[in-house]
Amino acid sequence: MKAPSRRIWIAGLCLALIVALLSPLASPHPDGLERVAEDQGFIQRALDAPYHLIADYVFPGISNEAAATILAGIVGTLLVFGITWGLAAALRRREGAQKRV
Amino acid sequence: MHIPDGFLNPATLAATWVASSGSVGYGVHRLRRELDERQVPLMGVTAAFIFAAQMMNFTVAGGTSGHLLGGALAAILLGPWAAMLALTSVLAVQALVFQDGGLLALGANIWNMAVVGVLVAWAVYRALARLWGQKTWGQALAAFLAAWTSVFVASLMASVELALSGASPWRVVLPAMGGVHALIGIGEGIITLATLALVRAVRPDLLLRRRTSDVGGAL
Repeated sequence: MKAPSRRIWIAGLCLALIVALLSPLASPHPDGLERVAEDQGFIQRALDAPYHLIADYVFPGISNEAAATILAGIVGTLLVFGITWGLAAALRRREGAQKRV
Repeated sequence: MHIPDGFLNPATLAATWVASSGSVGYGVHRLRRELDERQVPLMGVTAAFIFAAQMMNFTVAGGTSGHLLGGALAAILLGPWAAMLALTSVLAVQALVFQDGGLLALGANIWNMAVVGVLVAWAVYRALARLWGQKTWGQALAAFLAAWTSVFVASLMASVELALSGASPWRVVLPAMGGVHALIGIGEGIITLATLALVRAVRPDLLLRRRTSDVGGAL
């Protein structure tokens, strides 16, 4: 098997970023759990987060909500990409190190 | 179905943290032995795509929406242990940066979606692909049912935690959560199939390569 080429993972990342660009089109309705929590009257048990960074996928300080959502999506997509790649690479490297011993 | 803080009681929070850290820890242990270098970029891309796709809520019925969880997609593309780690990093970023899902409830969300969601998807996919995997329609149906089942079972797991925490009685929360997620699971199945079809069209070897390998992964 050939290794996934750089072109293919860049294409995959671009696809993820395109989905992030479309995120303002997402359904505004509450999700399944929120709906059940509202219907069954336990939604008020939810506590507010102790801090807010990019809460509710709206990048702070941007008045245009669609733009703020898109920016939040792009930041999150790249962050998840980098963190997951880093974790995977760290695990992989350790295995390589053991093999050389 | 990201559970916010406040829904679950301390005992349930503690139990789900223990269960999810143990499971992810075991997954990491397996990856240290098995993770193929060539999988590293694919893990990053899959996690990034799932994060973005989770922002795309789709309407199901009665003013309710759902979104992809991605457990089946990740398990089929990456195998169960790498999928578990990819989903865990998605959920951690959502809780820490986007305030989506509670910080204390992160253990429960990892347990429901990254551990149970992934392992159920993997088990269903493995069993059905073994039966029908020679045919393209068989692989597709296996992937669809793995996706649907993973969402449905993850929602039942969340219901159990809510009931144990006294948020809502068993007889109410189980059918309510199961019912709405039976619908959301159809969307999960369609998005999972569409994404796998795209991967298959562009790089079929990503789906076929682990057939003979010990890592797990597709078929």
